Amino acid sequence: MLDAMIESHGLTKRLGGRAIVSDVTFTCRPGTVTGFLGPNGAGKTTTMRMLCGLSDPDAGHAEILGVNYRQLPNPGRRVGILLDASAQHAGRRGEEVLTLSALTIGADPAKVPELLDRVGLPKRAARQRLKAYSLGMRQRLGIAAALVGDPEVLILDEPANGLDPEGMRWMRGLLRDFADRGGTVLLSSHLLHEVEAVADQLVIIGNGKIVAAGTREELLSGGGTLVRPAADHGDDRLARALADAGLTVHAHPDGGFIVEAEPDDVGRAALAGGVALSRLGPSESAGLEQLFFDLTSSDASAASAAPANDLQEAAR
Amino acid sequence: MSATTIDAPLARDTRPGYARLIRIELRKMYDTRAGFWLLVTAVLLAGLAAALTILTGSDTGRNFSNAMDNSTQAINFLVPVVGILLVTSEWSQRTAQVTFTLVPRRERVLVAKVGAAVLLALAAFVVTIALSAVFTAIGGKESIDTGQGAWEIGGDVLLQIALFNVISMLIGVGLGAAILLSAPAIVAAFVLPVGVSLICELISSLDDVANWIGQGEALSPLSDHALSGTEWGRVVTATLLWAALPLAVGLWRFVKSEVR
Repeated sequence: MLDAMIESHGLTKRLGGRAIVSDVTFTCRPGTVTGFLGPNGAGKTTTMRMLCGLSDPDAGHAEILGVNYRQLPNPGRRVGILLDASAQHAGRRGEEVLTLSALTIGADPAKVPELLDRVGLPKRAARQRLKAYSLGMRQRLGIAAALVGDPEVLILDEPANGLDPEGMRWMRGLLRDFADRGGTVLLSSHLLHEVEAVADQLVIIGNGKIVAAGTREELLSGGGTLVRPAADHGDDRLARALADAGLTVHAHPDGGFIVEAEPDDVGRAALAGGVALSRLGPSESAGLEQLFFDLTSSDASAASAAPANDLQEAAR
Repeated sequence: MSATTIDAPLARDTRPGYARLIRIELRKMYDTRAGFWLLVTAVLLAGLAAALTILTGSDTGRNFSNAMDNSTQAINFLVPVVGILLVTSEWSQRTAQVTFTLVPRRERVLVAKVGAAVLLALAAFVVTIALSAVFTAIGGKESIDTGQGAWEIGGDVLLQIALFNVISMLIGVGLGAAILLSAPAIVAAFVLPVGVSLICELISSLDDVANWIGQGEALSPLSDHALSGTEWGRVVTATLLWAALPLAVGLWRFVKSEVR
């Protein structure tokens, strides 16, 4: 069995002189779920389109099951793909969409009802035309279409979009089960909590570049310590106490700080400054959230910095 | 179970053959409401033309040959539209994304669409024969003036009609693939031929050119009478311009364009 089912080697895509995806490299191994995370517009979809041969990279290359996707003789039987659940003919019935896919790749169309059942689409919905489908139903149908060929690799772009909390839980279970049976899953999301619980590996992309990648544990270990002061003591006092102790701190979006130190040292610093704490501990996902927040906010600040510079130059 | 596990790896890595891809393309033409009613309308139009020819035509024209000519012209009003939609509906409905992930060798998809188009054109031929025959049986009569029998038709004209349908269909597929958008392609299919003929008519030195490149001028004799050598030459030049050129451009766009 291949060790790397999906390989992205320095994938780069330029659009109008600007690199919208730049040097994206990662590997997905069998039996794992990889969460491809990033804010909207970070380059997730573009990367996935290059993986699936829909878009030609300007540099780098991608391999699925050891070859360029376009070289797979019958890719639908090896790789299940859902890039955009809305990219379907509005006038086609749900079951017909699956039947068409099955017939194209030589899978048994008699399995369509079973598949519809598996993704939780009732018989009535199967007979409906897609214009009557909600986004959540389209996602379920799209996942069913990806599963038609009984593939060993799944590539899903924002599959949780439009799913209700129950649907999200169902999807996580389905993907976990798929990976546990030896399959390889790559799924993208712009929401950390959607994939955090199911992903074995996270690849985080911002502004077209990979900013962090690794197992959940690896990414969390450098997360530092989350500390919050008691309500009547305030962030300012705590910030002073931590600064006095020579610790590096980052403000947390929900209040308190992420400190680049062990909880012991943070606790001592707070004691020395006479600040009561309401929370002290390893930041865990707070660290990831912070990373994610930094990504999104650095996009925003980069955008707002430009006009500020213009003003300064105008003043000179 | 054991049987399926033995041949499974083989089936999994077998490239979908053209027979299968063509069947899929045909199925996509009638499995949506829009596609289904377009085909029904084409049949009704052909039936209407055959009926009017036989039931209300002049005494000399109430024969199978005339019914075939008129119903062919009528159905060929919509045949290019069927050809266009065979390609462009994948773009307007964005199913090309799914099609190309299942069949990443895109030129195979276009070849399958051309194959499906040719089969549909031949189906249109069979439909016009059947409808013309039905109405000729009801009210066809021998012409007293010309002596042409109600059922008299040259075998070569029949074959020309089949060819006419195929060429019209390929013009549609070519325009569809070259333009990739339903509405502009349909407009082009109706406006461009008229425009070209009009220009040729306005500029007197181009008068003869119209006979060679005008769609109506060069192609409609196909369903009317057995062609002369010159007329065959005109069919070839018009087909090159209206079907082969757009198909070549279309193939390039089909393979190269970014699919959204």
